[in-house]
Amino acid sequence: MLEVETVTKRFGGLVAVDAASLEVRKGQIVGLIGPNGAGKTTLFAVIAGFLKPTSGRVVLEGEDITGEAPHIRARLGIARTFQIVQPFAGLNVRENIAVGAYLRHRSAADAHAKADAVAHRVGLGEDLAKPASSLTVAGRKRLELARALATEPKLLLLDEVLAGLNPSEVRDIVPVIQAIREDGVTILMIEHVMQAVMNLCEQVYVLSQGRMISEGAPEKVCTDPQVVEAYLGKGAAERLARMETGHA
Amino acid sequence: MTRGYLSIIVVLAILAALPFLVASNVVLNFVVFVLIITLTAQGWNLLGGVGGQNSFGHAAFFGTGAYVSAMLQVHYGVNAWVALAAAIAGGAVVGWIIGFLSFRAGLKGSYFALVTLAFAEVLRILANAMEFTGGAAGLLLKLDTGFWNLQFSSRAAFVWLALFFVALALFISQWIANSRFGAHLVAVRENEEAAKALGVDVLAVKLRAITISGAITATAGCLYLQYFLYIDANIAYGVWISIEALLAAMVGGRGLVLGPIIGAFSLHGLGEVTKLAAGRVPGIDLAVYGAVLILVVGFAPGGILGLINKLRFRGRPRPEPEKAATPAPKTEEAA
Repeated sequence: MLEVETVTKRFGGLVAVDAASLEVRKGQIVGLIGPNGAGKTTLFAVIAGFLKPTSGRVVLEGEDITGEAPHIRARLGIARTFQIVQPFAGLNVRENIAVGAYLRHRSAADAHAKADAVAHRVGLGEDLAKPASSLTVAGRKRLELARALATEPKLLLLDEVLAGLNPSEVRDIVPVIQAIREDGVTILMIEHVMQAVMNLCEQVYVLSQGRMISEGAPEKVCTDPQVVEAYLGKGAAERLARMETGHA
Repeated sequence: MTRGYLSIIVVLAILAALPFLVASNVVLNFVVFVLIITLTAQGWNLLGGVGGQNSFGHAAFFGTGAYVSAMLQVHYGVNAWVALAAAIAGGAVVGWIIGFLSFRAGLKGSYFALVTLAFAEVLRILANAMEFTGGAAGLLLKLDTGFWNLQFSSRAAFVWLALFFVALALFISQWIANSRFGAHLVAVRENEEAAKALGVDVLAVKLRAITISGAITATAGCLYLQYFLYIDANIAYGVWISIEALLAAMVGGRGLVLGPIIGAFSLHGLGEVTKLAAGRVPGIDLAVYGAVLILVVGFAPGGILGLINKLRFRGRPRPEPEKAATPAPKTEEAA
């Protein structure tokens, strides 16, 4: 469904993403993990059209969309959430979601009905009339999700929708994401909360210093020495292995 | 939604009845002038209030409306109504061009405000210099009253004419407020990046807004010409009208359908009262405007209507507990 082919993104002398490739198949939930500053959000921005890659291609359903503007990609079925939530602060929850719903619904009545339905689905049904600025962090994350869903995407890009939530809030939202996938939406998610990554993703890509260093099933990736080193530093994998055998 | 239309109709009915209740030419003169300001501000409000693109140069549209109509009538003897239609189209075209040049370049906030001011000033200097536009002497419309000439000997008739266009702009604004275009425009004002992610073509939305805005304000310029029968560059393209436009909208309630009309009447009403009270102190009404603007910006950013709404909800349990103390979302580094 989505192929990212050797995408490189440079900011001046800094190579934020270095020849990274990934593939998301229809119906999958794919995770993108990596230490802070690895370039995950930059790669997301390239996929969603907010940044032009220095080189490489982004292909959606066999079509090269590397040159398309973000709003065109939204029409083609890519929706994204923002890591740093971007609510329309002056609007209430329903109006916020309706902006997304207007993408596929012309009339106000249809868009508002769609917004209400989506709000109920993500657990914002009680807050429709509240100003977006009055929501808690968890509420704002749900709002991000709801707005993206209201565009009726084929591919949903979730940028750390679980970050900043407490464990019970994470438990509440994981089933919501599962339900979205069951409705036929393909999901690519950046996530630090490993509990959620293990539960949700069938395929995980690991980005470190702009390079894709590992990919595979979550269990496999977590034990990959290169991944452990990316997170914990050089030699960490070896020390860990020694500790394991020492205990055994 | 219906409430919005209801309050529009109430306001319009009061103003339409005015000529029956007051015969004083001074009062009717005041009402016509303020209605023209209102219409100018309604144009500004669509772009600046609803869309958040603060223009400081709506004189460009006001002046274009006035000059297009005046030149067509004076130089080519075109019928006044046809000239009005051409003036509206002219305002829309100028709006689109200014929008295309500045929005495509990604100008926002104070940069956009300065560029619009510059466009208006360039037009003012050109109109002042060229012979075709009457130069510094301006253009004088021949007095020839009659419906087909868009000139009326009775002030009451002109009140209704101006009111007709104000009403049209009110209904258009209300319609936009409930439409997809309106939702997109507000989304662009609130957060452009988020709007893009949701499939909003930001450039197209802004261009549409500035085009309609230009057309509305050009209509006001044309009405000014038909009423006073004279324009020159400093009137039509002067900074004064740009300021009137944004002042009325901001004082009344920016982004709100009834904001400009409430703002224009409050400000100019206050100005007239001060002039009466202070006697012959030149410029006293302008000093009052300045003070009002400072008060509005400082204490009632929502304008008069925003303040009324706030007071109406005071004391009542708020629709939801205020959670202003919500910790800011953890801003992690851009991974």
